[in-house]
Amino acid sequence: MSLTKTTSTAEAEAASTGFWSATRLVAEREINAQVRTKGFWITFAVFIVGIFGSAIVPGLFGGGATTVATVGPEAEQIVAVGDFEIIQAADQAEAEELLRAEEVDAAVVPDQSGTSPVGVRVIGLSDTPDDVMSALSVSPAVDILEPADVSDELQFLMAFLFALVFFMFSVGFGMAIAQSVVTEKQTRIVEILVATVPVRALLTGKIIGFSLLVFAQVAVLGLMTPVALRLGGQDELLTDLGPVLGWFVPYFILGFVLLASMWAVAGSIVSRQEDLGSSTSLVMALVMLPYFGVIFGRENELVMNILSYVPFSAPVAMPVRMFGGDAQTWEPLVSMAILAGTLVVAVLVASRLYSGSLLQTGSRVKLGKAWSRAD
Amino acid sequence: MLQVRSVSRSFGEIRAVDDVSFDVKSGRMTGFVGANGSGKTTTMRVILGVLAADSGTVSWKDRPVTQSVRQRFGYMPEERGLYPKMKVAEQVIYLARLHGLDRATAHRQTHELLEQLDVAERADDPVEQLSLGNQQRVQIAAALVHDPEVLILDEPFSGLDPLAIEIVLNVLRDRASRGAPVLFSSHQLEVVERLCDDLVIISNGAVAASGSRDQLRTRFGPPRYELVVGDDAGWVRDIPGVRLVELDGARAVFDLDDGTEAAGVVSGAPGPEQAVLQSAVERGTVRSFSPVVPSLAEIFKELV
Repeated sequence: MSLTKTTSTAEAEAASTGFWSATRLVAEREINAQVRTKGFWITFAVFIVGIFGSAIVPGLFGGGATTVATVGPEAEQIVAVGDFEIIQAADQAEAEELLRAEEVDAAVVPDQSGTSPVGVRVIGLSDTPDDVMSALSVSPAVDILEPADVSDELQFLMAFLFALVFFMFSVGFGMAIAQSVVTEKQTRIVEILVATVPVRALLTGKIIGFSLLVFAQVAVLGLMTPVALRLGGQDELLTDLGPVLGWFVPYFILGFVLLASMWAVAGSIVSRQEDLGSSTSLVMALVMLPYFGVIFGRENELVMNILSYVPFSAPVAMPVRMFGGDAQTWEPLVSMAILAGTLVVAVLVASRLYSGSLLQTGSRVKLGKAWSRAD
Repeated sequence: MLQVRSVSRSFGEIRAVDDVSFDVKSGRMTGFVGANGSGKTTTMRVILGVLAADSGTVSWKDRPVTQSVRQRFGYMPEERGLYPKMKVAEQVIYLARLHGLDRATAHRQTHELLEQLDVAERADDPVEQLSLGNQQRVQIAAALVHDPEVLILDEPFSGLDPLAIEIVLNVLRDRASRGAPVLFSSHQLEVVERLCDDLVIISNGAVAASGSRDQLRTRFGPPRYELVVGDDAGWVRDIPGVRLVELDGARAVFDLDDGTEAAGVVSGAPGPEQAVLQSAVERGTVRSFSPVVPSLAEIFKELV
C-alpha cells in the first residue's frame, strides 16, 4: 500500500508541468484556435492577392503604348517622333469622336487658327496629355548632382506598403490577443488557468503563439514578394528592395512583440469584450503613429530621423529611410538596439500589470492598482 | 491531509477571511457551508493560490503548497469557465496537459471521465452548444481529469438536475474512497448533509464550527425528543425539567431545560426524558419515543 502511494507521488512529481512546457501548451492552443477561424485565412489571402496584384497589375495596364489620333500627314509626321501608336482620322470631328470614346489618349490636328507655333494643336479629353506634350516639346538638358537611389514615387509606395503591412498585422492580431485575454477573463476560465500554471506562462504563451503566427505569415509574404516582382517584370525594383526587406523583417518581429505585450495588458484590464474599445485606444494610438507618421512625415528629414529611432515607429521608418539611401550603416543597428531594450522593459512591465489585473473583475482596472496588486 | 492554518485575507477595509483554520482529511468528503459572502470562495481561492493570503499557511502532506504542488490539485471555481468555442474533449485534454499529463494519458482519462459523466456523445461539440447542465458536467471533468491528489470544488452541485447530482456524487465519492481529500462548498444543505463526512461551517469570515458531521450534530443539537402517545400528550408540559417545543394532539416534541442532561450522559442518573417516558407508559399507549437529531439546516441556523 505504502509502496504504491510512493510511486504515484513520484510519478506526479515527474509529470508536473514546468514554466516552458506550460508556455508551449498555451502557445499551441492559441495557434490552433486562430488557424481555425475563417478570418485568419481571409486576411492572409487578401495580403497575398495584394502583393501579386500590386506587382503584376501595373505592368498590364501601364505597359500599353499611348495611342494618338492624327489628322493629316503633317500631324502624323510630328507624332511619329515619339513612341506612340497612331490612328489616322479623317478630320478633327472624327479625332474628337475617338477621343470621347476613349479609344485614343490624345489627338493631334492641324492648327487652323495659326496661334500654335508648330502648326498643330494637341487635344486632350479631360486634362493635358503630358506624355504627348513632352514628346513634342523641346527641353533643356538636366544634370542631377545627388541622384536618389530610387524615384520619389517608388519611395512613397514602399513607405506606404511597409506601414500598411505593419499596421494591418499589429492591429488585426493585436486585437485578437486582447480578445483572447478578455475571453478568458469573461468566461472565468482564467481562474482554473491561474490555479494551474504560472500567470507569466499564460502571458508568454499568448505572445509567443500569436507572434509565431504573424511571423509565419510575414515570412511567407516576404518570400512571395520577390516571386511577385519577378512575375511582374520588376527585377530592378527587386534589387533595391531585397536588402531593405532583410531589415524590415527583424524590425517587424521586435516591433510586433513590443505591441503584443501591450495589447495583452489592454485586454487584461477589462472584464468584458464590450469594454475593449476604451482600453485598447492607447495601444491603437501607438500603432497609428508609425502608419501616419511615416506617410505624412516622409518628406521631412528631421521627422523621419526621429521616427526611425522611436521604438514604435522605427520598424517602418528605418527601413523606409534605408530604402531611400538616407541612413548610415550604423543607424539601423542603434535604432534596433533601442527597440530591443524597450521591448525587454515593456514585457517585464506588461507581465506585472497582467498578473495584477487578470483576476480583477468588474470595472476597468486602473494601471496603478494593477501594478501594486501583482503578487 | 490538507491543512489550512490561520489564513486571513482582506479586501480593502473588509476582512473577508479572518484567522481561518481547518483540516481536510484524506479519503473524506468535507462539506464547506456558510451564508453568501461568508468567505467560502475566498478561502478556496487562497488554497488554490488564485488569491494570496495576507497571513496564514496552507499545507499538503505537511509541506507548504507551492505552484508545483497545486498543479496536482483539482479545482472547480464558483464562476464556471470554459472556452466557449473549443470542443469539449479538446478542452478537457488541454487542461489535463496543463496539469502535466502526457498527450496519451490526457486523451484516455478525458474520454473515460466524459463517459462516466454521461457527456461522451458531446465530446466533439463546442462547449457553447451544450446545455448549462452539460457544461457543468464538462466543468467537473475538467477538475477531475488529471486524477488530482486534492479536490476543491466550489458549489459543484448548483445548476445540476437531481439525476446529474447523483452522477456527480458517485464520481466524487469514488475519488474520496481512493484517498483524495475532497472539500466542497454548497448552499444546498440537504445535499451536504447526505454527502459529507466532515463539516466546516464558516460565518462572517471565521470558522463557526468544524468536525465530523455526527459530532457536530450531538454537539449543537439541544437534547430534544419526540413522543407519540395514544391520546392527547398535553400533560408533557407539566413534567419538571422539560420544555415543550411543539404539541400536535398525540404528538409532543420537547427539549430538556438548560442545565439538565439526558440520562447517562454524565452522571448516569435518569434525566427528565426518562420521567416523561415513564409517565407516558403509565398513562397508556406509547407509539413512539425517540431523540430528535437536528438537521444541518437547524445547526446552521443556530450558528450563523
